[in-house]
Amino acid sequence: MRPANLTYTSREQVEVYRFSWPISIGLPLLMVGLQAFLPVRMHFFRVFDFGLLLTIFFAVSRRSQLSGMVTGAAIGLLQDGLTHTPYGVFGIAKMLVGYGASSIGIKIDVENPGSRFLMTFFFYALHLGVFIAIERFLMGQSIAFNLGHEAGAAVANSLMAVFLFAVLNRFKIRD
Amino acid sequence: MLLLAQLLALAVQVKRQTAEGPVRLIRIVSVNMLAPFERLLIYSGQGVRSIWTGYIDLRDVRRENERLRAETAQMRLDREREMEDARQAHRIQALLQFKENWIDKTVAAQVIGTSGTETSRLIYLDKGASAGIKPDMPVITPDGVVGKVLNVYGETAQVLLINDPTSGVGAMLVNSRLQGIVKGTATGEVQLNYIMSDESVQVGDPLVTSGGDRVFPKGLPIGKVARVTQGRNLFWDIRMKPAADLNRLEEVLVITEQKARAPELDGQLPIRASDILSQHLPGVPVQPAAPAAQGAAATAGAASAQSAPGAQTTLATSHGQAAQPTQTPAAAKPPSPIPAARPASSGAANPQTTTTPTTAKPGVVKGNATAPVANPPKPQTAPATAKPDAAKTNGTAPAAAPQGNNAQ
Repeated sequence: MRPANLTYTSREQVEVYRFSWPISIGLPLLMVGLQAFLPVRMHFFRVFDFGLLLTIFFAVSRRSQLSGMVTGAAIGLLQDGLTHTPYGVFGIAKMLVGYGASSIGIKIDVENPGSRFLMTFFFYALHLGVFIAIERFLMGQSIAFNLGHEAGAAVANSLMAVFLFAVLNRFKIRD
Repeated sequence: MLLLAQLLALAVQVKRQTAEGPVRLIRIVSVNMLAPFERLLIYSGQGVRSIWTGYIDLRDVRRENERLRAETAQMRLDREREMEDARQAHRIQALLQFKENWIDKTVAAQVIGTSGTETSRLIYLDKGASAGIKPDMPVITPDGVVGKVLNVYGETAQVLLINDPTSGVGAMLVNSRLQGIVKGTATGEVQLNYIMSDESVQVGDPLVTSGGDRVFPKGLPIGKVARVTQGRNLFWDIRMKPAADLNRLEEVLVITEQKARAPELDGQLPIRASDILSQHLPGVPVQPAAPAAQGAAATAGAASAQSAPGAQTTLATSHGQAAQPTQTPAAAKPPSPIPAARPASSGAANPQTTTTPTTAKPGVVKGNATAPVANPPKPQTAPATAKPDAAKTNGTAPAAAPQGNNAQ
């Protein structure tokens, strides 16, 4: 019997991780809580979207599209709860990011800091695009945004992702 | 996963009835999960900071104390001057019976969190419904307006800042008295809308609340004009610098009670030098007048009393003088160059009331402007014991007093 033809990108060859329940639940709560608290004292922390970074990290680590979507949706809904906008704006945006990140995690090496930087930059832009589309086409609100500011925020989040993912790697459990 | 998804879906649908109306369960859960955590962080940070500031970092305190003493002395002087202005303004407001919303009660609260996103400019307070906070209450700092309460939970309240695009505050430029609406922009700036571009707006003009939104009491500082450019649709695009630093809010005040009331006069009006002089200076003797003019003067005077309070004395006097030749001696208004009594009831427009004898107390006169005259006029018309502040018939009479006296 001839063995299956395995390639570098085959699921059997990429590393799949899981996380303990306390980390899966506690970490999003902690990060979203920090994101809500830190800008009170340090205003510049407002540019970071820890929820987005966590969604990307969980998605590329688990490499499961369903899991990525659920994680993104849960984190997004938690963020929606802290705003005065209707539920689902961040939920939908992060769910799509979760799906995309988990799909990419299967295809490319996401352990490299450079690829993590680029990947986060791309998903920040995707998240922003989805957010604006929802606001404009579903909710009928005109959203003005400053391109320079958003580009700076994307770079800041990407740099933060490189640092944060290295720290969060400690919580990974090899499947 | 499926269970989690179903729980989430259920939480989104379920609404829990609270004192402030139905609130989605997921929103309550989100806020209640994160608020204790934020509160813990704030309080522990405060503890460390208080140890540092209270015991360790006390250098230069003596020098600072001396500087503050000098500053306080200067501020006392300034305060006295401003108090005098304020007293004068209150007197005028009381005379005209202006009513406005006064801040009666505030609750101090600490900022424990934000929305965490740049698209929704909210803050969370450590006090909620249990402290008497309700939706739509104004939130301020000593520097100026911060925002208004949006949602209230048991121990937490959500405040919409004035730089959020969905907020709106009725505002007025102090110098030009132009009114507009202050809103936030997507980039977190504050802009003043609906000021026509043919109006004059200067950079640095202060902006206060107009009271027109029925949320904020009138006169609270909002900020200053930072930039004025030509906008769309014939309006200026005016950007503001908020008076309160919205990015560094730590403690705020929630106005929990406002009352609409007119300022009250505490005691009598101060006696002016001209009042004292009027008691001692000789008056001009009464000239006999024809009776027919009396009715005309009274009617004209009454009409004027109903309209312009500030102008009534002048009008009454001029009518009286014009009609003088036909007045009867008994009811004649003396054509005195010294306008009569400082205190005048609503009948100030009536020439007779200005000739009330010195023992009269016009404050007790509660009739209308055409009240009949009981006493004949006397040459000396300045009342020694009149109490003008007690004259509260229709609020128009006291305004006549200063004019009459100033005319001397």
